[in-house]
Amino acid sequence: MSIERRKERIDRPIKAVTDDIFCLSSIREIAYLVIPRMLPVLGLLLLAFFVPQYWRKVMVITFVMGMMALSWDFMASCGLTSLGQALFFALGAYSAGAMNHYFGLPIYLSIPLGTIIGAIISTACIYPTLGLRGIYFSVVTLIIPLMLMRIVETTGIFGGTEGITGLSPFPGIIVTMAVSMIALWLTFFGLRRLIDSDYGHIFVALKDNDRAVEASGLSIRWFKVQAIFIGSGVCCFSGAFMTHYYMSIGMSAFAIDLSIFPIAASVVGGMGTLAGPLLGAIILGPLSEALRAFGSYRVVIYAALLGTFIVTLPEGLFPYLARKYQQIERWVEAPGGISED
Amino acid sequence: MEYLKIEKLRKTFGGVVAVDDVSFEVEQGTLLGIIGPNGSGKTTTVNLITGFLTPDSGKVLFKGRDIAGLRASKITNLGVGRTFQMVKPFYRLPAFKNLVVPLFSPRVKKMGGHFGEKDTLALDILEDIGFERDSAVPYKPASILPHGYLKRLEMARVIALQSELIVFDELYSGLTLAEVATISPMIEKLIEAGKTIIMVEHRLKELFKIAHNVMVLDQGKKIAEGTPKEIMKQPSVKKAYLGVEL
Repeated sequence: MSIERRKERIDRPIKAVTDDIFCLSSIREIAYLVIPRMLPVLGLLLLAFFVPQYWRKVMVITFVMGMMALSWDFMASCGLTSLGQALFFALGAYSAGAMNHYFGLPIYLSIPLGTIIGAIISTACIYPTLGLRGIYFSVVTLIIPLMLMRIVETTGIFGGTEGITGLSPFPGIIVTMAVSMIALWLTFFGLRRLIDSDYGHIFVALKDNDRAVEASGLSIRWFKVQAIFIGSGVCCFSGAFMTHYYMSIGMSAFAIDLSIFPIAASVVGGMGTLAGPLLGAIILGPLSEALRAFGSYRVVIYAALLGTFIVTLPEGLFPYLARKYQQIERWVEAPGGISED
Repeated sequence: MEYLKIEKLRKTFGGVVAVDDVSFEVEQGTLLGIIGPNGSGKTTTVNLITGFLTPDSGKVLFKGRDIAGLRASKITNLGVGRTFQMVKPFYRLPAFKNLVVPLFSPRVKKMGGHFGEKDTLALDILEDIGFERDSAVPYKPASILPHGYLKRLEMARVIALQSELIVFDELYSGLTLAEVATISPMIEKLIEAGKTIIMVEHRLKELFKIAHNVMVLDQGKKIAEGTPKEIMKQPSVKKAYLGVEL
């Protein structure tokens, strides 16, 4: 009779015990916690120095898309599954563009102002739909950017189909990279800290059960407004940033690609984890560029890879990696045999 | 002035009259049980009082103020707490973090009674209600807690909110006799502490032990009201429940 074996999973014995107090006793344990957080930060920083100029531009776009993905995931964690991140992106882009073009504000004022004004307008656009939940909310967020795009086209405001060109550029690629990288990490660690705080639990609760939030004496409308302001603010910054990066603004800011990419990145990386969507964006952004060599097959290969990813790892890449990192897996003998259930 | 006075409350869904001109009063510090067959409008009545539905007509006078049609969160902040028949925890949060959410409410801030860290306070409330702190139960995510704990978590929310009028919507449903036996004294303790309670319940035997008054609804209408002993003798109640004249 052969001895049957089974796979055993054990949590690694190193644990940070509570929210605030870390019970760590050695460099090894500190490293265990710090390395996964420092590795991507330092890795991307080093990468920025060593890649050729063209790939630096790809990195900048990836960072901006990463922020879009983070914003989508944050809003989805609050129960606001948006299909229209492009709306926020475009409103931020047009706000910053208008500040720069019509009022002549310098770039260091137009981006922050564009972000805030864009976020206020975005929140106002979404406000009437806040009574909706789930798929109803999603569909409305899909409609609004398409509608605004046609308004720009027909009325010709903000340059109409031509857009506005000749906006102030960034002083150089180093500044561009630095701003986008810092903004990305601020967004990532900021949103994570917010979600893990007691106040952030209210946002989590919104998705789990909005009626119970209402029965807790908190107005769900007010908290949804806050969530949308934060989420859209991140996208508006992305839009404002890209406007100045391209030195122009056009109707393409409303394009549906901008709404789809954050969702694809979140699905690949693992929804509801924040780190997952970021990882997804860092994979998908450069991948899309690398596939340019395939010409018109690019989209086919991209789609096939995306599909394979989702089917093989439906939980997402980040939860999978996190589990591998936090658990020891080993084969052990099962003397009693393996039960069939 | 009555503590809670419901006047001719009415709610229709399409052509169905769910609550049909129901009026009743609750005195401060008493427990009113609302019973009735399925579909008799009990939960709708609760939703109308707590603001989760807006009545078509009628008044809900809470300490003399008409609260009908106000937002649910506003009514909660005025001191009317409720639990849900279908337990509604925040699944992704640990049990004790579920209580941190109500502790953010304007009511808790205004009452000023709660000092100290929200976490400690939440753990204290949970301990009182039967979450043993030494076991890891309060720290477990609500998604893996058994039904009995989730029901108690619902109760813990209204305690955290320091609600003075508490509406329990089928608190006992799905609980074992042993669990009911531990929860009933907690409800009696709430009444001793001066709280006013409305209980919608199907478990009549357990309800009649602690209720001061009982109201019977049938097809949206109030068909009887009185002490548990009087209600048990009413022929109309038996008819509503069993469908036959006895």
